[in-house]
Amino acid sequence: MTSDEIRSTLLTCLTDVAPDLADEEIEDDADLRDELDLDSMDILRWVQGIHKALRVEIPEEDYGKIASLNDAIAYVAARI
Amino acid sequence: MAEFIMPSLGADMTAGILAKWRVAVGDTVSHGDIIAEVETDKGLIEVEVFESGVVERLLVEEGEKVPVGTVLAEIGAESAAAAESPRKADASHRPRGALAPSPAHRAGSTGPAAAPGSIISAGSSDVDLDGPLASPAVRRRAHELDVPLEGVQGSGEHGRITLDDVQGVAQGGAAPAPSSDRIRISPYARRIATERGVDVSQIRGTGPGGAIQANDVLSARVPEPRKSMPAAERMQRAIAAAMTRANDEIPHYYVEHSIDMGRALAWLRETNASLSVSQRLVSGVLVLRAVAHALRKHKKLNATWQGGEAVPSAGIHVGLAVSLRGGGLVAPALRNTDEGSLSDLMARMTDLVARSRAGVLRSSELTSSTITLTSLGERGVESVTPIIFPPQVAIVGCGATLERPWVVEGQVVPRPIMRVTLGADHRVSSGHQGARFLSTLDRLLQDPEKL
Repeated sequence: MTSDEIRSTLLTCLTDVAPDLADEEIEDDADLRDELDLDSMDILRWVQGIHKALRVEIPEEDYGKIASLNDAIAYVAARI
Repeated sequence: MAEFIMPSLGADMTAGILAKWRVAVGDTVSHGDIIAEVETDKGLIEVEVFESGVVERLLVEEGEKVPVGTVLAEIGAESAAAAESPRKADASHRPRGALAPSPAHRAGSTGPAAAPGSIISAGSSDVDLDGPLASPAVRRRAHELDVPLEGVQGSGEHGRITLDDVQGVAQGGAAPAPSSDRIRISPYARRIATERGVDVSQIRGTGPGGAIQANDVLSARVPEPRKSMPAAERMQRAIAAAMTRANDEIPHYYVEHSIDMGRALAWLRETNASLSVSQRLVSGVLVLRAVAHALRKHKKLNATWQGGEAVPSAGIHVGLAVSLRGGGLVAPALRNTDEGSLSDLMARMTDLVARSRAGVLRSSELTSSTITLTSLGERGVESVTPIIFPPQVAIVGCGATLERPWVVEGQVVPRPIMRVTLGADHRVSSGHQGARFLSTLDRLLQDPEKL
């Protein structure tokens, strides 16, 4: 799976959680909590969506490693 | 016979748009069935009916905006339906959203807040026999096209004026009614009406022969701006109006308590480590459950203010304040928050938050909260001083859980501390009682495994 394919899947999971983000240009380095206004419930639902789509399990203690889309792409790429 | 009315889905709602009927005339409905969808500033709300019977008449068309309290449909007893006449049986084939024969049957005012999809006993009806027979949507269109309704011959049932009738007159395709039926209004008054967006067909003139004068127009109610205002702004204004009223009418008091969340968070980490991703919990669900359990002991805070007195609530239904990303806020209820397993509550909370943000809630969820829980902790706010959402009598606000120097057994140690604020109605409880509630909440969060 290429980095672009992972990005596309993660974005799909993200817009499932926050449909309004589909209309926005999301910068890959944007902080998901601070800049995209995701809360812990959103992050959990995103992690659940990633697990369902890619079978990659992200433990709670690693949430800090997926703070941005770029971070998450790298995290998932290393485990897929 | 009972009436299904436009519900008040919160203190900030005065009107709603009947977006869709999910039943047709002749359908049998049961308590709890969703029979309509109503569009409000909070999104699309599924409205339940709380009586069983047969839909006898649908009184409001899809797309109409009507005030809270307006009769939307009439529900007859099932036994009566079985014996209904052939004419009524014909009515069952009327398309969805079509109007029943006797139309102008509306409450016509916001009145007291009604329960979701309330059924109220059919008594004297507020039948408006004045003016031409036309729905609000038709009146709006007529106003937009500057077509006086008094000059339109209705082609609908019982002379009801339809959109096509209005359109026809606007295009010069239909003959106007005799001049004696036309609105008498001075050119100056008409100009003011146009400038202010006032529907002159709704004004009773005080001039010679009932002619509408400038003063009549100036004293008429100016319609609220609708289409030009973004939904988020409309919601914010509605919330502001409700909160202003709450601040004016409710004698708030506040008490604050700092809770050591160390045990709760440690238990959460340990529990989540053993759960699958789909079953993980968030700390918010622990606080939610703890609030509900604390209310079992402090029932005065779990009530609503109705008719000048506090009415204790039978169940504990905590409303969860959910911020909407585009702006605005909803606080739907998690019914029976104190019951069921924690994982079940988590699943219900996840579903409720998702539907809140998607704008798909049920009327009962927006009207049944017995207290509200709001949290701004994730945004770093240290404490919240919330305003009570009427008719509730209390609200709990949570700040961020922050590492703070804390004295434990004589030693200063870093502990994760959350500041919780209770805002409550002094007509119902005292600061002492509020303080005891927070103390109970603290104790419950020290035993998270029991939640």
